[in-house]
Amino acid sequence: MKKKIVSVMMTAVVAAATVFSAAVPAFAADTVKIGVYEPASGDNGAGGKQETLGIQYANSETPTVEIDGKEYNVELDIVDNESSTDKGPSAASTLVSDGVSIVLGSYGSGVSIAASDIFKDGGVPALGVTCTNPQVTQGNTHYFRICFLDPFQGTVLANFAKDKFEAKKAYVLTKLGDDYSAGLGHYFTKAFEDLGGEVVEETFPDGNSDFTSYITSAKNAGADVFFAPTSTEAAALIIEQAAAQGLDLPLLAGDTWDSNVILKAAEGKDVQVYVTTFYQEGGNEDFDNGMKEFINSDSKNLANNGGDDTIAAVSAMGYDAYYVALEALKAAGSADPAKVNEALWDVTYEGVCGNVQFDSENGDAQRDTAYVKTANTETGAWDFVGEQGVE
Amino acid sequence: MTKKKETIINVALIAGLLVILYIMEQLMNPTDMIFTVLKKGAIYALVAVSMNLLNGFTGLFSLGQAGFMLLGAYTYGILTIPTEQRESVYQYFDGGIVQFAVPVAIGILAAGVVAAIFAYLIGLPVLRLKSDYLAIATLGFAEIIRAVFQWDKLGPLTNGSNLLRSYPTFKSVLFPFIVSGICIAVIVMLINSTYGRAFKAIRDDEIAAEAMGINLAHHKRIAFTVSSFFAGISGALLAMYQTTIQASMFKSAMTYEILLIVVIGGIGSVTGSCISSFLFITCSEWILRFLDNDTYIGDFHVPLLRSGFRKVVFSIIIMIIVLFFRQGIMGTKEFSVAGIRNFFVRKSNKEKGRKLQ
Amino acid sequence: MEWFNQNLPYFLAGISVGGQYALIAIGYTMVYGILRLINFAHGDIFMVAGLIMVYLSASLPIYISIPIMIVATVIIGFLIERVAYKPLRQAPRMSIMISAIGVSYLLQNLALYITGGLAQQYPAIPWISDTIEIFGSVTKRVTVITPILTIVLVFALVFLIKKTKIGMAMRAASKDFETSQLMGIKINSVISMTFIIGSFLAAVASLLYFSNYTGVVPTSGAMPGLKAFVAAVFGGIGSIPGAVIGAFIIGICENIIKGMGMTTFSDAFTFALLIVILIAKPTGLFGEKVTDKV
Repeated sequence: MKKKIVSVMMTAVVAAATVFSAAVPAFAADTVKIGVYEPASGDNGAGGKQETLGIQYANSETPTVEIDGKEYNVELDIVDNESSTDKGPSAASTLVSDGVSIVLGSYGSGVSIAASDIFKDGGVPALGVTCTNPQVTQGNTHYFRICFLDPFQGTVLANFAKDKFEAKKAYVLTKLGDDYSAGLGHYFTKAFEDLGGEVVEETFPDGNSDFTSYITSAKNAGADVFFAPTSTEAAALIIEQAAAQGLDLPLLAGDTWDSNVILKAAEGKDVQVYVTTFYQEGGNEDFDNGMKEFINSDSKNLANNGGDDTIAAVSAMGYDAYYVALEALKAAGSADPAKVNEALWDVTYEGVCGNVQFDSENGDAQRDTAYVKTANTETGAWDFVGEQGVE
Repeated sequence: MTKKKETIINVALIAGLLVILYIMEQLMNPTDMIFTVLKKGAIYALVAVSMNLLNGFTGLFSLGQAGFMLLGAYTYGILTIPTEQRESVYQYFDGGIVQFAVPVAIGILAAGVVAAIFAYLIGLPVLRLKSDYLAIATLGFAEIIRAVFQWDKLGPLTNGSNLLRSYPTFKSVLFPFIVSGICIAVIVMLINSTYGRAFKAIRDDEIAAEAMGINLAHHKRIAFTVSSFFAGISGALLAMYQTTIQASMFKSAMTYEILLIVVIGGIGSVTGSCISSFLFITCSEWILRFLDNDTYIGDFHVPLLRSGFRKVVFSIIIMIIVLFFRQGIMGTKEFSVAGIRNFFVRKSNKEKGRKLQ
Repeated sequence: MEWFNQNLPYFLAGISVGGQYALIAIGYTMVYGILRLINFAHGDIFMVAGLIMVYLSASLPIYISIPIMIVATVIIGFLIERVAYKPLRQAPRMSIMISAIGVSYLLQNLALYITGGLAQQYPAIPWISDTIEIFGSVTKRVTVITPILTIVLVFALVFLIKKTKIGMAMRAASKDFETSQLMGIKINSVISMTFIIGSFLAAVASLLYFSNYTGVVPTSGAMPGLKAFVAAVFGGIGSIPGAVIGAFIIGICENIIKGMGMTTFSDAFTFALLIVILIAKPTGLFGEKVTDKV
């Protein structure tokens, strides 16, 4: 008897769900869908939400696009890839199955690589916003990106460590199984060793929250800088424990650390935090004001931005990505993903984070400067240090 | 109905299913969500059945499934990545040490074999343990395997903790169905053989089974090795489905999911595991996704619906099944044509009886 | 001396983490002693305690939040036993273990839903979270407090079990479940009491643990939970002193391994230890010698 009840219950759930999904209003024919493939939970949830916010702000600013003489509404189709390489592909399939014209994302390189083939098989072009690992675009023609790459970023950071702190020995801490972390750590190590420095490398496993041993090891190794390209979640713990243990080395990190999570963790503590990033608040006043207004207009946006209106660089990048996507749609003259893909190669766009133009080999934007910022532990804001390039 | 007749009907049903799938694939958009669900469902069906062989039919409570899937997935990935792609996949390890690629079929088979060899070796000490101790020991082994595969000293072989990709994958939904189907058929044959009867005897009462002359250690080892062999194959299929793999995805949470599929389907029912894996995947990947989106019906903002709500609803359903419907969908029974016929015949007899009154 | 200075922080961290594992491990070992159930949800109760504290401290002063947090955690632990384990008392052991896995899944997903998947910053608790200096190495005060508090709590618990009526009932129930029922022991209240004590200690552990490692995520409880369970098995499941000693050994070993630069294996080591113990001496270090099983 119970058996039957289970089957009836199951059927009921399935039926109810189907009806419910069908009840979601059908959209007018003049709609073009842009997929947003970003993490909203997991390790990179905080950053992914900020990137999505930038895209949403751009969408609220310009909700329509003219394609081939006809006005289309742009609808954002947002999915959560859960920062995980095994949940990501099914989120990507959802987008492909929904019939999006182009996909934006993701924050985090591992999930982008994991979903790459899904987009390829579905014939949908993807535009990486802040995934910096070279493997994302390497050897394919459907994945593009608007940010700089890890070999560049790693070299910038190595140069910075050398120039600013006269560092001879660096302690590099990366996360196991995180392509972003491993990649940036690798390129930093290479560049730093090429400059004649010495590197001590260690990794921490998923789910680790005890960084005291790593901090002790860094001290014992006699390092001059502590380089930790990690997610913000680990970053907050590292900063907290570094301060508690009185680590007097500068903490160096890449673009992920440019987040108000870091500012909050560092505020009022005796730590030095330096990051490289894509955008410095104040770079474009119109964007800054508009973005802040957008964040403050809705309590949900404010929560997604981490509770205050500091503009994350990833939001600015998300904003640019949306406009690049619109340019591509215009250039393609069609919402057909294949045509958008073709058109993307020649798209150029002057965004708030600089000029976007794709190279003809991998579809990477050509970028040659990164901004370096430091966390001001008194005001809880970022201080601009300078621009750093590679000689 | 005779046994022979039933076999014929079953074969016909399976052939019919494949034909329907083929037609669907020709007519519908190949990127439709339904195909994603069917592919993943077929893969999970295989690993659920393989877990059921241990937990349901032999009474060995093992939680090592994710570890054996990892072995299978990595074996397949490592062996089949085309040589010209290795340089870019193993970018931090100078192209890795494996410099050849084998055909897909051999890769899949090797995936099963490697998982089985490891299972045999792990089984030697571990299978002496009872119930929950066995569970925790196998869980521990799965975690150790995961850590070893992430070790960067093994990088030239496993690519460290980085993604493996660029290996051959499948496009058609028929592929996982056929491979899983063959594997499940083999498991069913094993269950119906003398070995299967011995497994069930061990499950029902170890001491009695031993008294009847069943070699406990031998049979447990066979069940464990065979189950892991198929877990390895499903790992290879999962790798193909996902197009990239990484050791960090094979967490104990994955084993728990498979265990819950087995429980929902009914511990000790092969068809139950198959049905519930499709239901599970459909609900979690597709149908319940609407629960994650903010929804407005007219101006009314539906409360509670936001990111993550799907999983809450899902886990509540699971708890209800675990607590109140412990038999799951099928109990220990199997879905069969004869069963359906009996069901309807009985029903119509009842109705006849009612009319007569 | 230099060697001492360099390695002292590892030991300090090890002892501190060990103390936190010990408090969680007691919950496992007591429940297992009576119900023969690996309470997979115990680690998640620990995580939930952390989250409750995060949300309470957002609107209430710390000193009011702490007792409310402990009471709330205890109530949750009690309810979980009543709702998810009690109905399955006559069912096969596998069913109740699956139910525990289900509860763990539910708690993690609920936490994911409520937090929106973002790490929550644990509040800094005055005095406990302050920085101090011991023999030249700087650390938080909680690092030193943890082992002391753990030992005090364990003595209190041992006293409770040895000298009070409910303690006697617990010992009886863990010796022989059926017979103790026949002897007129209200088995349900004994079991509830076990869960209440276990959840209380988990709440205290979460306070200490998260003061040190300040991010709370839905999976925060999983690893400490598993490690504490291993500690319980290592010390001889059912034995409280065994669980405590096992937890300290695991905590220290784990940090020494990290100190040696073998960080990839710091988690794997714990499981390897578990398997060796299970195979070589399934009763654990103190499984047979110590008679006051709970």
